[in-house]
Amino acid sequence: MPVYSDKVMDHFMNPRNVGEIEDADGIGEEGNPVCGDMMTFYIKVKDDRLEDVKYKTFGCGAAIAVSSMVSELAKGKTLDEAMKITPESVVTELDGLPKIKHHCSNLGAQALHKAIEMYREKQKAGGK
Amino acid sequence: MKNVYLDNNSTTPVLPEVRDAMLPFLGENFGNPSCLHDWGEAPREALETAREQVGDLISAPPEEIIFTGSGTESNNFAVKGIAWANQKKGKHIVVSAVEHFSVLNSVKSLEKMGFTYTVVPVDNNAVIDPEKVRQAIREDTILVSVMHANSEVGSIEPIKEIAKLTKEKGLIFHTDAVATAGVIPVDVKELGVDALSLAGNMFYGPKGAAALWLRKGIRIMPLLDGGVQEGGRRAGTENVAGIVGLGKAAELAKAQMLQRNEYLTKLRNRLIKELPAKIDHVVVTGHPQNRLPGHASFCVEFIEGESMLMMLSMKGVAVTSGSACTSRSLLASHVLLAMGLSHEIAQGSLLFGLGLDNKEEDIDYVLTELPPIVERLRQMSPLYSKYLKSKGG
Repeated sequence: MPVYSDKVMDHFMNPRNVGEIEDADGIGEEGNPVCGDMMTFYIKVKDDRLEDVKYKTFGCGAAIAVSSMVSELAKGKTLDEAMKITPESVVTELDGLPKIKHHCSNLGAQALHKAIEMYREKQKAGGK
Repeated sequence: MKNVYLDNNSTTPVLPEVRDAMLPFLGENFGNPSCLHDWGEAPREALETAREQVGDLISAPPEEIIFTGSGTESNNFAVKGIAWANQKKGKHIVVSAVEHFSVLNSVKSLEKMGFTYTVVPVDNNAVIDPEKVRQAIREDTILVSVMHANSEVGSIEPIKEIAKLTKEKGLIFHTDAVATAGVIPVDVKELGVDALSLAGNMFYGPKGAAALWLRKGIRIMPLLDGGVQEGGRRAGTENVAGIVGLGKAAELAKAQMLQRNEYLTKLRNRLIKELPAKIDHVVVTGHPQNRLPGHASFCVEFIEGESMLMMLSMKGVAVTSGSACTSRSLLASHVLLAMGLSHEIAQGSLLFGLGLDNKEEDIDYVLTELPPIVERLRQMSPLYSKYLKSKGG
């Protein structure tokens, strides 16, 4: 499968942090099955930091590797730092993705950001 | 690691006998068959032998065989060439929803030139109802193009029945037989068609050598203008070695067809029966019985085809998928969607093309390796966890 970099293949074959968080502080979903990729990110926040990040992904090799990389990049970061993770930076960290995969499969950062936004909304609304 | 090639719908390997037949034409017999001197003679004779072999395969007179460069070219040539040459009689074409892109995109191109077309829908097995073809035919219809079998889901189409209709109405009927010629019996008289496309790399011949059979008397305009090769209908110096390989492959296919199919059908039936027994939520796509002998296709629910394909590839198994991610267009297979499958299910498409090199143990290997891959991807899938939750799990 030479279309993907070694790093993509590593994250695809051994994805980090897969799963769901039962009592997540934020959940973010991106994509849909029509385009072929769908990601749901779960976050646990403590002292403004991402204490835990987990996800579930439906999609191709690139989508799975992107989710894994985003979870690894985000874990332990402050919320502001995590909001700075971009689809482009994910591509760079993965040593590149085929051009055709840049759009559909690279939704991990957006899904993570949605989860953070949900958490912030809840905070504003005076939640836990 | 094991090497299990199960993608014979994409292309078959070249048989050693075929390769051996080709080699002299990449060596001492390099001449141009159009040349009158000695160097032209062996290639010229070889072309005519191949023409007889290909004609023999489909029970057609050799002089009605036109060699082309691919199944795609044959389909383009048939659809565009026949439409152009017959446009005085009308400018409407009928095709099915599950045709290969070389037919579907040809009618789209023709639309830009003032032609119109109607797409006939298919049922859940991708099978066309001849009655629907009848309904699509108009006063100005000149051509009907329906494939003999669909290479994505394996279903065989009722060509004979459609041919009765087209004959009744005096229309020209082309069939794309790329998936069937050299694979199952194809007899142009019995089918009743007027034009038929075939390609050698679907039956152990080389890539780059294909043919269009055109019934004598059917008018066609060439796609390529130039010299008078192929009776002036396909200009350009012939791919002699490739055509020789195509001919040899046709001869072998005809001689071995029964035993090949008996063998492949047995392997296929095992896969179609045992895979859904080992994995929950697997849909067999295409007609369960009336399908190509070595063809087994499925949709595995809740997961996506490319990731399955990649994980199988890591285990040495080569298959293909009709999922959006697998295609360069990023669109799910038009065939699966035309059959009424949802995008979600179509994304889990997996396609096995069994071939003569495959053994029972290859099927065992797939049946062992695939279930844990599916399980692993499902554990990662948000669609699967939603399903489990909806079930109250």
